[in-house]
Amino acid sequence: MSGCASGSDRRRGRLAALALAAALAGAAGPVAAQSGAAQSPAAPDAPRRVVSINLCTDQLAMLLAAPGQLVSVSHLAADPRSSAMAEAAAAYPQNRGLAEQVFLLRPNLVLAGTFTARHTVDLLRRLGIPVLELPPPASLDDVGGQLRAVGAALGRAAAAEAEARAFDAALDALRAAPGDRPAAALYAAGGYSPGAGTLADDVLEAAGFSNIGAAAGMTGGGFLPLERLVMAGPDLIVTAEPYAGASRAEAILGHPALAVLRGRTAVQAQTGADWVCGTPHLLRAVAAMAAARDALRPAP
Amino acid sequence: MRLAAALSVVVAALFAASLLVGPAGIGLGDSLRALARGQGDEAVILVMREIRLPRALLGLVVGAGLGLSGAALQGLLRNPLAEPGLIGVAPAAALGAVIALQTGLAAAFALALPLVALGFAAATVALLLALAGPRGTLTLILAGVALSALAGALTALVLNLSPNPFAAAEIVFWMMGSLADRSMVHVWLAAPFVLAGMAALLTTRRGLDALTLGEDAAAALGVNLRRLRLTVVLGTAAVVGAATAVAGAIGFVGLVVPHLLRPLVGARPGALLVASALGGAAVVLAADVAVRLIAPDRDLKLGVLTALVGAPFFLRLIWASRRTEA
Repeated sequence: MSGCASGSDRRRGRLAALALAAALAGAAGPVAAQSGAAQSPAAPDAPRRVVSINLCTDQLAMLLAAPGQLVSVSHLAADPRSSAMAEAAAAYPQNRGLAEQVFLLRPNLVLAGTFTARHTVDLLRRLGIPVLELPPPASLDDVGGQLRAVGAALGRAAAAEAEARAFDAALDALRAAPGDRPAAALYAAGGYSPGAGTLADDVLEAAGFSNIGAAAGMTGGGFLPLERLVMAGPDLIVTAEPYAGASRAEAILGHPALAVLRGRTAVQAQTGADWVCGTPHLLRAVAAMAAARDALRPAP
Repeated sequence: MRLAAALSVVVAALFAASLLVGPAGIGLGDSLRALARGQGDEAVILVMREIRLPRALLGLVVGAGLGLSGAALQGLLRNPLAEPGLIGVAPAAALGAVIALQTGLAAAFALALPLVALGFAAATVALLLALAGPRGTLTLILAGVALSALAGALTALVLNLSPNPFAAAEIVFWMMGSLADRSMVHVWLAAPFVLAGMAALLTTRRGLDALTLGEDAAAALGVNLRRLRLTVVLGTAAVVGAATAVAGAIGFVGLVVPHLLRPLVGARPGALLVASALGGAAVVLAADVAVRLIAPDRDLKLGVLTALVGAPFFLRLIWASRRTEA
């Protein structure tokens, strides 16, 4: 978006982008089947039985696969805490990513992450099953490439191209104009905080925040001691909703010092399933953070 | 008396060091001004009063309690190998704390955390006394090994079955102990129980001195042995239960400290109690400063350091007792 756009224009642009994000991300059911382009069948030489064993490839495949093409997703895809498409995933049989289980589904293509289930992937390849391994995205710019990679493997290149272009356009509309950047700290269990070169850092950046984790000199993820977080003086602390049961790692999120920092502003923001994978759901995360930023620094 | 004064100076110095060492790297003047008078940068005040002060206070109280309870147990059992961590009292307290946390009891009623831990610790000390009693060195250690293993396994089981994905990784905390990121809430939860337990244990000074002459002689001197035993059991349970509930099981403090100080107090168990409380505080505060210096950005567990120092001591004691028995 142009740098000279006024505050209200920018907000209107964001609303439009948010609506687009919602349309892209969809609600229930295999989303791809709902949009017009997705009704077209896969290319004739495309794999007919696709199994995904990774949370992020699960979501990309659900977005892009032709009806009937995707036969199973991982059990994590149905967990609303980690998956932005938990409801859609309920329509698919789930797998636990074990080679035996996956092999019995007789897939023509398996989608996996580069860091998960190494042994499963090796075994499946030895059994002659093609496996597409997708690295975890490190930035918002990786999302288009991930959509296209999965789209090409599924024989759905056109649908993937459309999704990727729509994502980039929506992201451009959401991206904050350069200017005053409030400092946000992403703080997770045990004091884990994503630093520079992470997807979460890029989400904050796009929404117009500076990331305390990156400012503290961390590259990739790392543990930021509570003392250093307090000294960095964040304008906003973004945490995830705690799990059931108790843990000392999450107890840090209820520390009185953190409560004081949180009490400085009424603005609230949370991380969640939308932040995890390189899918168009990231637009919802960026839009929510952009709204928090506007609430922290109202346009004059 | 001179020993107590010297140890107090060491404890005070280490307490100050604990307040001044941390990853935030705040200057000496700034930190003291913020702590004492609440002046200066708001962030500095927050770090000093809400993060470092509770950590230092817990190091002081937990360390003093562990040193004292080790000395009292050794006096009662007349056995230099008795230590709350080694004989299963601290692991049992950890199990109690984990159960209180994972069942949601501690969330509904905050005092349930130290109280359940205390209950488990008390039951374990009572069981050990019934099983081993005085002079049964081998029986005591074997019973302790069995109880430690059982409590450790049950703790791991409870944490593994927790719906919280982070809980299972915290087995290490409960086995090794840490004071990282604790708050004044934890101080208020633990300190009253630890201090009450310490007060109870300190009343046993005369009784423990008399006990060195044997049970019959002590009884003849007017010591109520039943009451002495009960006081040590409940005092140790209160100290170890509450300390473990907030800081995990920090081992070997109650073993090393009395062992080092015993020659300096003329081997009188009564006099050893006060000295061991001060020595325990010094050891835990020093270990907690050391973990922050060795690995400022990671939560290195206190028990790692105390065991590195304590385990060789333990082996030396076994060696020594082997020679006397032979």
